[in-house]
Amino acid sequence: MNIFRIIEQLSEVDSDVLGRFDSRRAVFKTLGDTAKKGALAAAPVFVASLFQKAYGQTTSTSVIDVLNYALTLELLEEDFYAKMIAANQVPAGAPAGAIALIKKHETAHVKLLSDTITALKGTPVTGKKFNPAKFPADYTTQLVVAQALEDTGVRAYKGQAGALMGQMAGATSLLQVALQIHSVEARHAAHIRTMRGQSPWIPASDSSLPEPLGPVYTGAIPESNVTQAGYDLTKQLPTPYSATDAAAAFDEILTKDEVLASSRAGGLVI
Amino acid sequence: MSESGFSSSFLARTMRRRSFFRVAGATVAASTLVLAGCGDDSEIKPTDPGTVISIGSGENGLLNYVYLLEQLEAAFYQKVVDAKPAFLSATELAAFTDLRDHEVIHREFFKQLLGSNGIGAFEFNFSSVTFSTREGVLGAARTLEDLGVAAYNGAGKLIATKNTLNLLGKIASVEARHAALIHDLLGLDPFADVVEASGAAAGLGAVLTPKQVVTAAASFFLPYTVDVSSLPTA
Repeated sequence: MNIFRIIEQLSEVDSDVLGRFDSRRAVFKTLGDTAKKGALAAAPVFVASLFQKAYGQTTSTSVIDVLNYALTLELLEEDFYAKMIAANQVPAGAPAGAIALIKKHETAHVKLLSDTITALKGTPVTGKKFNPAKFPADYTTQLVVAQALEDTGVRAYKGQAGALMGQMAGATSLLQVALQIHSVEARHAAHIRTMRGQSPWIPASDSSLPEPLGPVYTGAIPESNVTQAGYDLTKQLPTPYSATDAAAAFDEILTKDEVLASSRAGGLVI
Repeated sequence: MSESGFSSSFLARTMRRRSFFRVAGATVAASTLVLAGCGDDSEIKPTDPGTVISIGSGENGLLNYVYLLEQLEAAFYQKVVDAKPAFLSATELAAFTDLRDHEVIHREFFKQLLGSNGIGAFEFNFSSVTFSTREGVLGAARTLEDLGVAAYNGAGKLIATKNTLNLLGKIASVEARHAALIHDLLGLDPFADVVEASGAAAGLGAVLTPKQVVTAAASFFLPYTVDVSSLPTA
């Protein structure tokens, strides 16, 4: 992406383009600084804020709400992994490496969502923490909570995808970014489940586990669901499949209210 | 930058002040502008028309696109499971059997959903895969799963209806779970190479447009090529 080419093309149709940005000098100073850091090609949020300023409409509060909701969950996850690393019980080697990398991803999600909300002229939520009183004393239970958080995250992002359809932050599709985060949360969830000796995908039986895991897999459409788009996969396909395979082949959504219920993520955040 | 699934004909249009402002209020405007800033993209060369698989347009085309990918994954795992290779442990073979079952369920579900609008069942060309070694099988599985996740990540914003988006989202995360498992079996960092480590896209999973996906998977379709040029690009 060549920002100068964009501006050049814009100036052919809109001679005031530079006047629409803060000021000609400020724009080029910022561009120069960013380009020096080599981050320009991957700076959708910066470009977003630039065009938002120049041509943008105010983004609806409902979109900001969705992003702040996602940010809340990311802050919760980030703080949980910070506490887990600080508790110093994660075995050295692969486990410690995985947890550190997951923490790094959650920090990146926090930054990305905060920057995007700010670029859209919203106010990012701050100060959301994992409730220290709920933090497990032992590594094994810490991993259980990590699995609960990650699988909740996957379901939560899925639940908001529809609200982000067609929503842009300048040049960036908010839906696409949300789906990209969603896939990373699913990789985290799968890996944590593997670290616990569980299958990476969610069998129907997980819906009946005790807290904190069981409620993560229940809801209006539980993870044990085998009906998709009206087809019961255990009965209405040419070859019937087992309920376990049919449930595991599809992940399900959780609504915002379900995620924020006290039996799920809502009970872990302060 | 990953956004390159635009049609060159759109870019070739001259931007006029009037038409520019007509679209400036629309959400597509900024995306078009940024795409205009990207370098030229290479085109898939047209081949003998008789060997092109066209998967159609609109939402139906997008469903056929993911149906094709699910067919590809299911065919691959079926081949591995049928061969029962000795270099996979019993646990690993059981995992591959689960993967086969999930992908066959996805395939059969899309077939049912698409009905007469579906592309047919395809045979795939696996001559690029080394099925005789563990590295060959796991490496191909990794390619297919990572490709599938990136494909679903890129298809979402092209979908017009919420129901279809929700449906594909339910499958997308399962594909990501598959991919993570294959990375684990390979002894790789579970997130290596597929999550941006730094920069403004840090923490984001890979994304590919339909055109990028069929280009990456081209060897599996030989002697056919898959034409996705009628799919939505924004």
